[in-house]
Amino acid sequence: MARMATTRRVVISTAVAWLFGFLIFFPILWMVLASFKTELEAFAIPPSFLFFHWTTENYATVQERSDYFHHAMNSVIIAGGSTLIALLIAIPAAWSMAFSPTKRTKDILLWMLSTKMMPPVGVLVPIYLIYKTFGLLDSRIGLVFILCLGNLPIVIWMLFTYFKEIPRDILEAARMDGATIGRELVYVLTPMAIPGLASTMLLNLILAWNEAFWTLNLSTSNAAPLTTFIASYSSPEGLFWAKLSAASTLAIAPILVLGWFSQKQLVRGLTFGAVK
Amino acid sequence: MGQITLQGVQKSFGPVHIIKGADLEIADGSFVVFVGPSGCGKTTLLRLIAGLEDVSGGKIVIDGKNVVDTPPAKRGLSMVFQSYALYPHMSVRGNIGFGLKMAGLARDEINRKVEAAAATLNLTPYLDRKPRELSGGQRQRVAIGRAIVREPKAFLFDEPLSNLDAALRVQMRIEVTRLQKQLGTTAIYVTHDQVEAMTMADKIVVLNGGKIEQYGSPLELYERPANLFVAGFIGSPKMNFVTGELALQRGAATIGVRPEHLKIDRDGTGGWQGTIAVAEHLGSDTFLYVDAGPLGMLTARYIGELSLHAGDHVSLVPDPARIHRFDASGNALRN
Repeated sequence: MARMATTRRVVISTAVAWLFGFLIFFPILWMVLASFKTELEAFAIPPSFLFFHWTTENYATVQERSDYFHHAMNSVIIAGGSTLIALLIAIPAAWSMAFSPTKRTKDILLWMLSTKMMPPVGVLVPIYLIYKTFGLLDSRIGLVFILCLGNLPIVIWMLFTYFKEIPRDILEAARMDGATIGRELVYVLTPMAIPGLASTMLLNLILAWNEAFWTLNLSTSNAAPLTTFIASYSSPEGLFWAKLSAASTLAIAPILVLGWFSQKQLVRGLTFGAVK
Repeated sequence: MGQITLQGVQKSFGPVHIIKGADLEIADGSFVVFVGPSGCGKTTLLRLIAGLEDVSGGKIVIDGKNVVDTPPAKRGLSMVFQSYALYPHMSVRGNIGFGLKMAGLARDEINRKVEAAAATLNLTPYLDRKPRELSGGQRQRVAIGRAIVREPKAFLFDEPLSNLDAALRVQMRIEVTRLQKQLGTTAIYVTHDQVEAMTMADKIVVLNGGKIEQYGSPLELYERPANLFVAGFIGSPKMNFVTGELALQRGAATIGVRPEHLKIDRDGTGGWQGTIAVAEHLGSDTFLYVDAGPLGMLTARYIGELSLHAGDHVSLVPDPARIHRFDASGNALRN
């Protein structure tokens, strides 16, 4: 009996898990499907699920109308650049907070996090004016800069949590073994922190890739990343569901692939410290 | 060479004084154990010598040179940590050889020295394993290997055996002692276990509340404790203390007698009378916990088996030559 009950429980919980997984995945699936429909079928009621006239014309139109590769390159530069700079600043910061904390370390960490609590629109006007004065509007450097600063608190927090987990004894052992601070960093700490660095980098790449508020407000064409590219399909001319879907699919594809191959790292990174 | 001298070493964390002025002479090649209850400052004192903490005052002299401003890497000491603190991403070979690599030795020489150290510690078959693939005892050996391979002026051990099970601890205790004698390198060893202290040390430093209570050989501490604290801390079971009339008769505020120096007399009428509360029969020893009325609880030890049980009446006769006398402030009175 017990065995049967267990089997039934496994079947039910598996079914429920699949159902929830499907619910979460459904919008993405719908978007991908819509991107292969004609504009007419895309908003037909009742909607057709799989049996419609499959076409790739939306992708052709999208690439023709707005240069996908130009925007994709901007996204890569902005997401990659802001992540790299954020890491360069965050590593020493998290390092010193984790290994030589002061009385104020906790306060500083909280203060940094609190900057994320403010709605960005609250500072849109001053930032816009500053960017205008310094000629940073619609420039890649400007976007790298704002996204880097925006994500810095999260990057520092994540790295801080990681470094905290590295036993102090091991660093002291390296010091006793005659390692200077630099060599301690290169030979002992960095190799031990690689999983943490990798997942922080991945998460920040995804956050920066998907960031829409600043990229939409501070760029128009030259520096516009994929977020702007998608937004351009909800235009005054009316909504083009199929083309919008094609553009969105193209925009999320690179990050989806990256996320797929690094999901193990990501899960580890996000749940780090939660379970020992 | 590895002669270490502490002169008025102090350490405070904010308003809290952890070490209140420690003076100590450690001779080259000797095995010195710091022992004391938890929180007595023994680990802090070791870390001050290592350079992992900065002193708040005083001097630490190693081979004639004051090293208080020298970073740990340059003091020429090596340390074995309680948690082993092995580098998890390096093989056993990498762990043992790390210090030599930092010192800039040639690869061949590093390999030769690592292999020699591994042979001494029976680690040769494990050289290419990672620390996580080793047992607790093997990890401890790697940590010791990492310490000896650098041929330091002194070894610092911070409760290295406390994570091992009882049987392995005894075995490692003997191995560490033998290795230290064989290498002839000065060693400072921190423990809270007084059996480890008594068995391993050439000299013991008893610490309490950040102060050195006594510094001497294990038997000196056992036979001539300087004060009540040392008398109570060294020896197991603990020394019996008696105050009041009996102490005053001997010109002391407190007298102390070790359990093994109380003669157990079944039907005697002399000595200290009492009723057995608990009797522990270990075969090799018999421990009696005796309720001696106004004298309080007394512990007596008998070598061998003694068929006495709870509720039996006994008389305990102290060996007059082995009575320790202490004044009102707890210091030992010598005849």
